[in-house]
Amino acid sequence: MSVSSRIRGLHELLAAKKISAAELTKAYRSAIEKHNEALGAYVSTSFETAEKAAEQADKRIAQGDELPLLWGIPMALKDNISTTGLSTTCCSKILSGYTPIYDATLWERLKAQGAVLLGKTNMDEFAMGSSTETSCYFPARNPHDPTRVAGGSSGGSASSVAANLAAYSIGSDTGGSIRQPASFCGIVGFKPTYGRVSRYGLIAYASSLDQMGPLAPTVEDAAIIYSAIAGYDPKDSTSSQLPVSPVDLSGDIRGLKIALPQEYISGVGEEAKAAILAAVKTYESLGAIVEEISLPSASYSLPVYYILACAEASSNLARYDGIRYGYKAEQYTDLDDMVCKTRTQGFGKEVQRRILLGNYVLSAGYYDAYYKKAQNLRRVIIRDIENIFEKYDAILTPTVPSTAFELGFAPSDPVETYLTDICTVTANIAGLPGISLPCGTDSKGLPIGMQLMAKRFEDSRLLKIAHAYEQAAGEVCKKIDLLNF
Amino acid sequence: MKYELVVGLETHAELSTKSKIFCGCTTQFGGEPNTHCCPVCIGLPGALPKLNEKVVDYAIMAGLATNCTISPLSRMDRKNYVYPDLPKAYQISQYDLPLCRDGHIKLSTGNTIRINRIHIEEDAGKLVHERGTTYVDYNRGGVPLIEIVSEPDFRSADEAREYMEKLALILKYIGVSDCKMQEGSLRCDVNISVRKPGGPFGTRTEIKNMNSLAFMVKAIEYEYERQVDILESGGKIIQETRRWNEEDKCTESMRSKEDAHDYRYFPEPDLVNIVITPEHLERLKNTIPELPDSRVERYTQQWDLPPADAALIARYKPIAEFFEAAVQGIQKPRTVSNFIVGQIFGLFATEEERAEAHIPIPPQYLSELVKLLEGGKINSNQAKDTLKKMLDTGKPHTEFLSEADLAGLDTHALEAMARQAIEQNPKISADVRSGNDKAINALIGSVMKQAKGKANPKEAEAILRKLLSE
Ligand SMILES: [Zn+2]
Repeated sequence: MSVSSRIRGLHELLAAKKISAAELTKAYRSAIEKHNEALGAYVSTSFETAEKAAEQADKRIAQGDELPLLWGIPMALKDNISTTGLSTTCCSKILSGYTPIYDATLWERLKAQGAVLLGKTNMDEFAMGSSTETSCYFPARNPHDPTRVAGGSSGGSASSVAANLAAYSIGSDTGGSIRQPASFCGIVGFKPTYGRVSRYGLIAYASSLDQMGPLAPTVEDAAIIYSAIAGYDPKDSTSSQLPVSPVDLSGDIRGLKIALPQEYISGVGEEAKAAILAAVKTYESLGAIVEEISLPSASYSLPVYYILACAEASSNLARYDGIRYGYKAEQYTDLDDMVCKTRTQGFGKEVQRRILLGNYVLSAGYYDAYYKKAQNLRRVIIRDIENIFEKYDAILTPTVPSTAFELGFAPSDPVETYLTDICTVTANIAGLPGISLPCGTDSKGLPIGMQLMAKRFEDSRLLKIAHAYEQAAGEVCKKIDLLNF
Repeated sequence: MKYELVVGLETHAELSTKSKIFCGCTTQFGGEPNTHCCPVCIGLPGALPKLNEKVVDYAIMAGLATNCTISPLSRMDRKNYVYPDLPKAYQISQYDLPLCRDGHIKLSTGNTIRINRIHIEEDAGKLVHERGTTYVDYNRGGVPLIEIVSEPDFRSADEAREYMEKLALILKYIGVSDCKMQEGSLRCDVNISVRKPGGPFGTRTEIKNMNSLAFMVKAIEYEYERQVDILESGGKIIQETRRWNEEDKCTESMRSKEDAHDYRYFPEPDLVNIVITPEHLERLKNTIPELPDSRVERYTQQWDLPPADAALIARYKPIAEFFEAAVQGIQKPRTVSNFIVGQIFGLFATEEERAEAHIPIPPQYLSELVKLLEGGKINSNQAKDTLKKMLDTGKPHTEFLSEADLAGLDTHALEAMARQAIEQNPKISADVRSGNDKAINALIGSVMKQAKGKANPKEAEAILRKLLSE
């Protein structure tokens, strides 16, 4: 069973005029209308504008022009990506009623490529969570087992793609929020190098860690989307001016060196471990050299991540005060009371927890012990990673220590939930490109994901390495397709 | 025992760049509320700042003009506090890596005021109270500011005033700020303490947001008395923020140290470090004009100008440049400065007009006129009249002085006039001959009258003396 690109398949159907973009959009619409209630993938839809955009796309197709691969193909955006005139709420009550007056650069680029936006996908409130259960609307469910979570924070994006309620979708990844739900839902999730995709218009959680990227059925799909969204944006000072090297998935990976950090393997369950070791065998059969290594600074990654992310979040989220847009408390005595009540009522528990943590680690007397120390450790981790990439082309780890857990499985200790991010946060801390792709299933049939990371700005090579495995391994987990046409 | 006043100033100056510090919106003063705004400067979710390079250049120029060291590497930080006029709930400022450090300004008292740092930051919007409600206008939000932090080196309110005046003059001179206190483009916070001379610094209070020099002086003087009174009566100064109440002519408490903000500064993750290359710094250095102090020194020492005239001319860059061009090839620069102080300054009624100083003639025109005067071709009254006409019309002297005017009088004609003066005034002539030397002035006057002002009085005097002694 070979793995083939969904986007390429649809593109060929559209180009051959076997289906129109409008018909395709209608088909997605009815699938969403039928199944979204069960899956909770979308929190808002924009079918009317989608159908208009599809009709426009069809006009160009009718002219027989050579068109981008994404032309006329329906897709979804995470609810934290700004779109003019379309509600963008970060799945938080505090942004209820907020409609952006400008487009994120990423959305501008996709629109120029003919993308048709079906709607906004579910997420953990302000991307803070690993299960999309902190969404102020409803949780997103896993198409492989709707009693289980889709992961998070881009759970709605993953669920929509895994069930084919969107051809592909865009998520954001601050500590694993693209890769972890992709792993849970048995699809590909790619977080590009920090600075490769403009953050302009992405509602910030933690600015130095946030990066948008694709959730897609296959590596080739992820590569097509990546090529459309990557590149310098003068509106984002942290976006890189380095030219984007074109993605070339062809050719073998003989002689390539892959590092397998034992710290990440030891903590995972037996089934996940077995799937990873099978993937290692596949790589070896392709001529790659896989070696176990040690990454001692890995143990710092999680605390460093939570300190820095919460610190930045406390500042990024301070602007939601009810004065200019979004939710505003109805009853209050004065300005301070209004801001206080608005934030208390508007933010969920997890967001409040992280804001408090962030304010704490930045406050006078604690800054050196927490924020500054975390910044220093961030440099140590980056140096350690650089050392590894002097000898290796990629690092292979599990994406998540477990497969999708059941809804409502809320550990009493939030730190336990935070542990699910342990394999993914390193890529954000070091700004590396990271990709999760399916590598098997557990005994319940739930997808297991593996993660590959590469040196900064080696996104194209990382995609090629992932693609080589995917093609060799074939279909490793069940495909679900709710689209009918 | 007398207490010594110790003052330090934190000055905010709006930079006169055309666009805001992190977006392309205009910095123009005024405008309908919230019309000079965009997603960036009203802090909409997802919008990102983009540092205006002109702002960095202007701040560096301010640093160079105040003798600062420019940091090759600096950084923007977030200063977090919640207030409705601050739409992101943090101000993007600079904390531990400011653009400029360790400068100074010399005062006329001989005291040197050290400048600790100059950093860049964004201004906030403003609250408008109307119809029983409070509104926010974000037009001013994101206008670039520099904050200039002095060391506590002032020992009198007058020194603080002179420093502010000098700072404003320098910033205007190099063209980075218009420093209009009444529009709020220049304002300062004052830190005040008192101590026994030579003793340790006392506890300080801070008076926020002074936007008039007169108020600042009054506030410093009031606060000095207040603190001395407290100490004299055995009390203790409380560290706090105070404000000047102009109605009651006193300072009053705003908040104490316990209520002080914890700004939770941290590096701005949306912006990258600011790196200044030596080449760029060199280019900026070359744009800094010679500053007033240095010009005054040159004018008084090289060109022998009276200090007051030198200071007046040097204060306005276009006038100083006009003067320096007009003085080329002139024997006595003071002659040129006299015309400038006496006639050209008269063209401008306000400080703004003087600062812009659109002089209707090029400096060469004045230069040529002064050369005629120095060469004795015309006398000073003619020169004054002609300059007036030149300034009225913008035309050169050749339009107003005929060949005949410039030809002067030949010695024969002058001698004839002198003879006539002596003949018509026999009594005065006799007085002169008998030793009343001053009486000769009347005879010179007579010659000048006959010559209709065209004669050179010195020449007339010489001929009169020759004839009288015959
Ligand atoms: Zn703006």
